[in-house]
Amino acid sequence: METRELTCIGCPMGCQITVELEKGEVKSVTGNTCPQGDSYARKEVTNPTRIVTSTVIVRDGDKPRLSVKTKSDIPKNKIFDVMKDIDAAIVEAPKNIGDVIIDNVAGTGVAVIATRNVAKA
Amino acid sequence: MLSYDIVIVGGGPAGLAAAVAAREAGTESILILERDHELGGILNQCIHNGFGLHTFKEELTGPEYAYRFMKQVYDMKIEYKLNTMVMDISADRVVTTMNKTDGMNQIKAGAVVLAMGCRERPRGALNIPGYRPAGIFSAGTAQRLVNMEGYMPGREVVILGSGDIGLIMARRMTLEGAKVKVVAELMPYSGGLKRNIVQCLDDFGIPLKLSHTVVDIEGKERVSAVTIAEVGPDMKPIPGTEERYTCDTLLLSCGLIPENELSKSAGVELSPVTSGPVVNESLETSIPGVFACGNVLHVHDLVDFVSEEAKRAGENASKYVKEGSKKSGREPIKFVATEGARYTVPSTLDVDRMDDLLTVRFRVGAVYQDSYVSVYFDNERIMHNKKRIMAPGEMEQVILQKKKLAEYPDLKTITIKIEKD
Repeated sequence: METRELTCIGCPMGCQITVELEKGEVKSVTGNTCPQGDSYARKEVTNPTRIVTSTVIVRDGDKPRLSVKTKSDIPKNKIFDVMKDIDAAIVEAPKNIGDVIIDNVAGTGVAVIATRNVAKA
Repeated sequence: MLSYDIVIVGGGPAGLAAAVAAREAGTESILILERDHELGGILNQCIHNGFGLHTFKEELTGPEYAYRFMKQVYDMKIEYKLNTMVMDISADRVVTTMNKTDGMNQIKAGAVVLAMGCRERPRGALNIPGYRPAGIFSAGTAQRLVNMEGYMPGREVVILGSGDIGLIMARRMTLEGAKVKVVAELMPYSGGLKRNIVQCLDDFGIPLKLSHTVVDIEGKERVSAVTIAEVGPDMKPIPGTEERYTCDTLLLSCGLIPENELSKSAGVELSPVTSGPVVNESLETSIPGVFACGNVLHVHDLVDFVSEEAKRAGENASKYVKEGSKKSGREPIKFVATEGARYTVPSTLDVDRMDDLLTVRFRVGAVYQDSYVSVYFDNERIMHNKKRIMAPGEMEQVILQKKKLAEYPDLKTITIKIEKD
């Protein structure tokens, strides 16, 4: 039996939730004081995901950096792999919000897209 | 002299939303003045997501949220001037500006909307002992350097203050390869959102030390180490609890202060609690025709609320230009924030000038669990809303109905307080 301690992010209460797992299966969720905490805890221990936001170098733009994000959430344990790909990317201006910067970042099947407009300098 | 119906000081989220709302309310002649080289304000450097859940029902990054409003400003062909600093606002609403192309300029405004935002509390205001080497940044400065300019302020980082910007920068610096050693927070609770504590600190194993502060900064040229210590209930460091962290960077995330130098020199009355203007139900300051919204009025945690508030300021400025001040002649009702409630925005209410509903925002001074937000009309309790949790970091609100207020024609004060039962 494995136990995991989590802080719920649903509201400022920040309930301390304890999840008991057996062979990756959630056996019990305790410590939460509302249903939101239960579903948060179940997702967080079985399939935690995050949106990653960062910047890439943009050449010939009116700004030196282009802000980007993963179009949808990616597995939490892939955050640093995603960052490696983003840090290696260099793009040419112009770029607009929503433009795909990396097709399939770190093999996650998720695209990295621009979150602002950078015009040609 | 140039003249506009409405001059908006600041092209950030508050200024943009005020401009759009004023145009939608029918005012053609609007000018936004922005000191930076682009519109969007602080959102341009807030590249993380989580903005807009209330306004757009989706999670956007800061630049995306700003662009939604910028696009409306462009589409409506609302005028704006970039790289333009407002030097002075006079009590009769003459706005003095300066920029490289026009030099010094004066603009006569029918109404002024103050939307200058806020500033971070700097080291000088924190009384931290130790040397004054390079490597000490406010968290927002570091955010601008990393996210907009593409520079890393340092590699080994200690953060003082657990406000949201500090937490966000702990993650951001970590993602870019820095080692964030500790976040120290003076208070026994964090001012940041739980979500940020989990996703910016816990995700990366960054320790958060509550009731801790910086007691020494070492380094002559560049920061070389920072010592933190636990503080007692009197907020004084407890001898023997010192821990020394070698590092090259100290980030400060110790609160935001509305930027009201212009308001002050114009003669606008400021609240000692919020450091922002005292406003009535129309978000009008003590100077008729001068309105305020966003972080210059009081520091917000959610930009969605800034946009909503700024919309009201824009609409009311438009109304003022068209109709002038329509005061009922009756003494306005005063809001009193007490027993746990620190302040209210607005501070006064003229029932004849309010819409059907009025949102009154306030903050609590400590963490309250299973307590009630109570609203008293003079001595009669008319609202008693149970809240599971209230914290200083999260703005609270109550909504007053005009219909209900009409039943109290002689009302003098509305009191908001926190009650245990």
